[in-house]
Amino acid sequence: MNWTRMGVSCAVALFVSASCAYAQGTVKIGLINVLSGQFADAGIQLDNGVKTYMKQHGDTVAGKKIEIIRRDVGGPAPDVAKRFAQELVVRDGVDVLAGFLLTPNALAAADVSAQAKKFMVVMNAATSVIITKSPYMIRTSVTLPQVMETFGAWAAKNGLKKCYTMVTDYGPGHDSEAAFQRAFKEAGGDIVGSVRFPVANPDFSAFVQRAKDVNPECIFIFIPGGAQPAALGKAFAERGIDFSKTKVLGSGETTAEQALKAMGDAGLGLISAWHYDYKSKVPLNVEFVKVFNEMHGRNPDFFSIGGYDGMHAIYEALKKTGGNTDGDALIAAAKGLKWESPRGPMSIDADTRDVVQTIYIRRVEKVGGELVNVPFDKVENVKDPTRARGG
Amino acid sequence: MTPFTLSEPQRHLEAQIRWQPVELAFWLATLLPFVFAPNYLVLASQIAITALFALSLDLILGYAGIVSLGHAAYFGFGSYTAGLIAKWGWGEPLTGLAAAAVAAGVLGYATSFIIARFRHLALIMITLGLGLLLAEAANSAGWLTGGADGLQGVRMWKLFGAFQFDLYGTTAYTYSLTILFLAFLLARRLINSPFGLALRGIRENAVRMPAIGAPSPAHIRKIYTIAAVMAGVAGGLLAQTTETVSLETLGFARSADVLVILILGGAGRLYGGLVGAIIYMVARDQFSGINPQYWYFWIGTLLIAVVLFLPNGVLGGLTRLMRLVRSAA
Repeated sequence: MNWTRMGVSCAVALFVSASCAYAQGTVKIGLINVLSGQFADAGIQLDNGVKTYMKQHGDTVAGKKIEIIRRDVGGPAPDVAKRFAQELVVRDGVDVLAGFLLTPNALAAADVSAQAKKFMVVMNAATSVIITKSPYMIRTSVTLPQVMETFGAWAAKNGLKKCYTMVTDYGPGHDSEAAFQRAFKEAGGDIVGSVRFPVANPDFSAFVQRAKDVNPECIFIFIPGGAQPAALGKAFAERGIDFSKTKVLGSGETTAEQALKAMGDAGLGLISAWHYDYKSKVPLNVEFVKVFNEMHGRNPDFFSIGGYDGMHAIYEALKKTGGNTDGDALIAAAKGLKWESPRGPMSIDADTRDVVQTIYIRRVEKVGGELVNVPFDKVENVKDPTRARGG
Repeated sequence: MTPFTLSEPQRHLEAQIRWQPVELAFWLATLLPFVFAPNYLVLASQIAITALFALSLDLILGYAGIVSLGHAAYFGFGSYTAGLIAKWGWGEPLTGLAAAAVAAGVLGYATSFIIARFRHLALIMITLGLGLLLAEAANSAGWLTGGADGLQGVRMWKLFGAFQFDLYGTTAYTYSLTILFLAFLLARRLINSPFGLALRGIRENAVRMPAIGAPSPAHIRKIYTIAAVMAGVAGGLLAQTTETVSLETLGFARSADVLVILILGGAGRLYGGLVGAIIYMVARDQFSGINPQYWYFWIGTLLIAVVLFLPNGVLGGLTRLMRLVRSAA
């Protein structure tokens, strides 16, 4: 089936020597994602978000049928991602490039978007700088500084003056550490110490003891999800850190659904900042979670919401252009888009094309026997601070 | 014995050196994508690069019997060298590629002293270790390599000042294919030289070679350095044609992939890596296009089938088939 489709599109390309668009009534979206290997689960959750949106809103917009062409990069492999982007543009004739779970892949494909003038939607990759690489790009996920600087400033403004930071020794860990420390210090706080632990670290007691020795008012942590949050939670309990006296601040990944289940009651009282939680009571989210569960048999996470809102941005931009898929038209339509998402109100910044959204400050509490991130404060209309500084 | 006994080996060698019609056909066929699949040139250029990388592994594994699980170290080193030079403002492709070759060659020469001391299992551990060390070093040196995000700001100038690396990959494929062909000529010449014969001797019996006056360690060092240069050129090509470099170029997965490709095609045959790269990359492309989530299943099935039914790789199987046909005729 694929062979014939390829044959058709290529025969067209040979004669027209332009794109392979064989049907006027179709908008093709090339979804460059990671569906195999170590990052497969995250990629599949992103894809599930895309599927859920199309189930809820149909596959026709502005009189055109939406066709998704999926590609699996298999991990952080920019050379493969770039090739897929090139092939999707020249061979499959896609109108929109979307997906992008991982930063290196998004950065590589951005070149193609800029060169071919194709609208590009980054649905997850969270490194600040990506958005500057193509003038046809928007982002619908989150940026790390957006959350971490907001969190740092919030902590300092809420009476915490002495903080200790503990992060995993890898890219996102370094970025989070830098962002939190920067904003915390700018808002008048004092970093009393910091430590980085190895990526595959089984035991955190020594690190936690070191933090306890300097007696900070708060400890900022950033560790990837999985088994590690549980091990860290255990170390906090063992070393006698009382979460009501010493505030422990983490990212949304540290207190995500699976991590909380693994941590159990050791996680009670953890404070985190994040842009999405599947437990949110907003009606839009309740509906989203319901449909998502019916379709995929599990709860959505922040990968899913990135894919979901990415599709929304594409649909809305297409509506505004009346189905015109020209890169310039689509990006013009997408700039300044505002909508209600299951995560809350969000928009696309008209200048930077990056995501603007509410960051929620939540505390882990027990609600009906279940550990839940309960939001108790929020910061609205947060832009990516790196770009706002002109960096 | 026949009166031809003395000249037999020589004739055998000469027959091997002569260009076969099937070889000419193969190289002519590499030009077909320009005409029949102009939308597949990007893939074709990456196949050519992978083929060059597999060829370099073939030189040490297939001919000298040096088992390596860390060959990506030289590929990645060349990649980062070419990428960094372009990033620092010198985007001329050919000189950049030469620099990648030299850098990888120096690294290869330095490590060849360790390689030449060991055989078999110990070699697997050592090459694996060297590869992992280099990958971790690149990960830690984020200020230089860009760390996990990959190297940013690689911009290539036009090839010969005239041909831009375009979206369709025409320049990329022409460039990669030409370099592959030149490297292949070099490899072919090497393998058919007395030096190449000595390598095969080392593969068959490394202890016996010094006894008949051929110093194994020196030969191993030489071929290992040459293979490293070739791998570095392949890495440099990838960096230049994609304008990206990532940690993955140094990673274990790439070393393992190239080994699989070589075994798939047939190790110890000049065309083994080339044929393997074509089959593996095209299969990956097709399977992952049809089923983006579970395509590895089909790749695995393909590999198992090849190993079960064609123990000497696809080329080995073809040779056997030819022999059968000939003996039947």
